[in-house]
Amino acid sequence: MAVVTLNAVGKTYPNGFEAVKPSSFTIADGEFVVLVGPSGCGKSTLLRMVAGLEEITAGALQIGEREVNDVDPADRDIAMVFQNYALYPHMTVRKNIGYGLKNRGTSTDAIEAKVQEAAKMLNLTELLDRKPSQLSGGQRQRVAMGRAVVRDPSLFLFDEPLSNLDAKLRNQMRIEIKALQRRLGVTSIYVTHDQVEAMTMADRIIVLNGGEIEQIGTPAEIYHSPASTFVASFMGAPPMNLIEAWIEDGAVRVNDGTLLASSGNRTVGPVHLGIRPEDVQLAENGQIPFDISIVEELGARRLLHGELGGQPFTVHVGKDVPATAGQTTVHLKPESLCFFDPKTGKAT
Amino acid sequence: MKRAGFTTVWLPVALLLPQLSIIAIFFYWPAGWAVQSSFYLQDPFGFGSTFVGLDNYTDLGRNTEYLRIAWFTVIYTCLVTFFSLAIALLLAVKADKVIRGARTYRTLLMWVYAVAPPVAGFMGIMFFDQRTGPITDLFQTVGSDFKLGVNYTDTATAMVIAAVWKQIPVNFIFFLSGLQSIPKSVNEAAIIDNRSATGRFWQVTFPLLAPTTFFLLIINITYALFDTFGIIDTLLKGEPGNNPMTLVYKVFLDGFRGNDLGGSSAQSVILMVLVLILTVFQFRLIERRIHYT
Ligand SMILES: Nc1ncnc2c1ncn2[C@@H]1O[C@H](COP(=O)(O)OP(=O)(O)OP(=O)(O)O)[C@@H](O)[C@H]1O
Ligand SMILES: [Mg+2]
Repeated sequence: MAVVTLNAVGKTYPNGFEAVKPSSFTIADGEFVVLVGPSGCGKSTLLRMVAGLEEITAGALQIGEREVNDVDPADRDIAMVFQNYALYPHMTVRKNIGYGLKNRGTSTDAIEAKVQEAAKMLNLTELLDRKPSQLSGGQRQRVAMGRAVVRDPSLFLFDEPLSNLDAKLRNQMRIEIKALQRRLGVTSIYVTHDQVEAMTMADRIIVLNGGEIEQIGTPAEIYHSPASTFVASFMGAPPMNLIEAWIEDGAVRVNDGTLLASSGNRTVGPVHLGIRPEDVQLAENGQIPFDISIVEELGARRLLHGELGGQPFTVHVGKDVPATAGQTTVHLKPESLCFFDPKTGKAT
Repeated sequence: MKRAGFTTVWLPVALLLPQLSIIAIFFYWPAGWAVQSSFYLQDPFGFGSTFVGLDNYTDLGRNTEYLRIAWFTVIYTCLVTFFSLAIALLLAVKADKVIRGARTYRTLLMWVYAVAPPVAGFMGIMFFDQRTGPITDLFQTVGSDFKLGVNYTDTATAMVIAAVWKQIPVNFIFFLSGLQSIPKSVNEAAIIDNRSATGRFWQVTFPLLAPTTFFLLIINITYALFDTFGIIDTLLKGEPGNNPMTLVYKVFLDGFRGNDLGGSSAQSVILMVLVLILTVFQFRLIERRIHYT
């Protein structure tokens, strides 16, 4: 268990590509932090720098009280779970789980006891004498978890550990991993590009884009107050609606003059107005016309896709709200509106 | 899975026929012929032969020179196999670490593979030449006088070095592709689990290379026993004298130089049985311990 501090940590690969721009943040003791972002944004690179598998080319990394930039991965007191599990194919489950302990000079009896304990925790007791090739994907995933848990490290690192599982198993393992982490209270960094995983598992989310941190915040903050249009459209399915509008005389209007909201005391000029699809209500006699072209039935909910002020717009309603294609009007919850600067994309 | 089958017997037979006839004509027929002639004593001038039963075999057992050569062959095979595997593995592990330049490195090493055994032997002669050979010079600088073809140990050393040198590229290529088929993340997991690189090599990398190593072991033993003939022949320049030689070379020498076809056939039969036993032994004993993924 440890605090992890990154002080302007960056990575430039030998070919000159800067995969991670100097980034700083602190992860509290026992916190579960999720790194999320599109493919190639530098999530794995950042995680692997923390693990010591990739050299840190700028800044300083601290795990606990210690600066670990030049510390061997085996000495950083971390455990990592890989996307393809990375089990040792020639070792039994028992040996796979115990290997890290054996190399740290733990006695055979102590190893056996710890392996048994970890196996019990992860329902692996029956499988201890099997080889990885004799296990299902979910079981392999559990062994990989066991290998991390048994070492009782001060930091867990996960690199998309669930992306090779089918949807159902993924949901189940997601909950198990989170519960396990809660119980053990080990500080964790978890990389994923699945925003559902990010939202449900994280204490705090770090959104990365092009090697840069876009926003750090709790899932609620990230969801309801995105710091940029990138975060707004990356997190949430369907993403936040973004409408090009104009602020003048204390009002926000679209091109055709429709009044969307009051602008408070924001400066005059162009703005991107953001609103989550579920924060829009269909209104019988509303002020804002919405032209529905497609109704998507999702069972419990409905997605209404269409146009508002000539721009694509989506509304998310419960299954009890009747909706058909055609003209209607909507109401935007004023407290749910987000304003972004069109030039920088940042929230204003 | 759906299994495809042949509707007639003749098609599969016809498809197998070329392969089977090659094996029959170039292996079973001469092998059978060798077994038969090993029971006869051939007249050196070609005037018929007499049946002598197992005499050819018992003679060999009493022949101290033959036993000496057999013993040399065992040592030679062990040395060649061990060094060509060990050096190739070392080179492959080093090459696996460098991602850039690996291609050039691989190509350079692979060139040696294209060298025919007699040419390798000839190059050996040049390297170990009494007056101009660089390796002889090297030995001289450390104060030892290297005499290829005169001194028994010196000739044996040259044979081993030439044979090892010739075999390294094949082993290297197999080891390198074996190493590269180990998932990167498995190595990384090991890096986190074990600080010692040597420990990781013997506990993770080497076991995962076991199928490759086992295959190469068989290939290399066969190579050392049989395919080094060309190297030995060239190094000895057809003048065996008191020099070391392997059993295969002895078969050739007795049969074609000594015109003792019966004795030479008996030797070939012994070699065949030896290889058979070796192969069965290897598959039975070693393969069971190997993990194939
Ligand atoms: N060894 C390398 N040399 C040069 N560039 C690299 C190297 N490894 C990765 N990159 C680049 O660095 C960037 C970040 O890679 P990284 O693997 O961290 O992405 P990621 O966010 O984990 O993506 P994904 O979700 O696809 O796994 C990518 O653009 C990638 O092309
Ligand atoms: Mg990645």
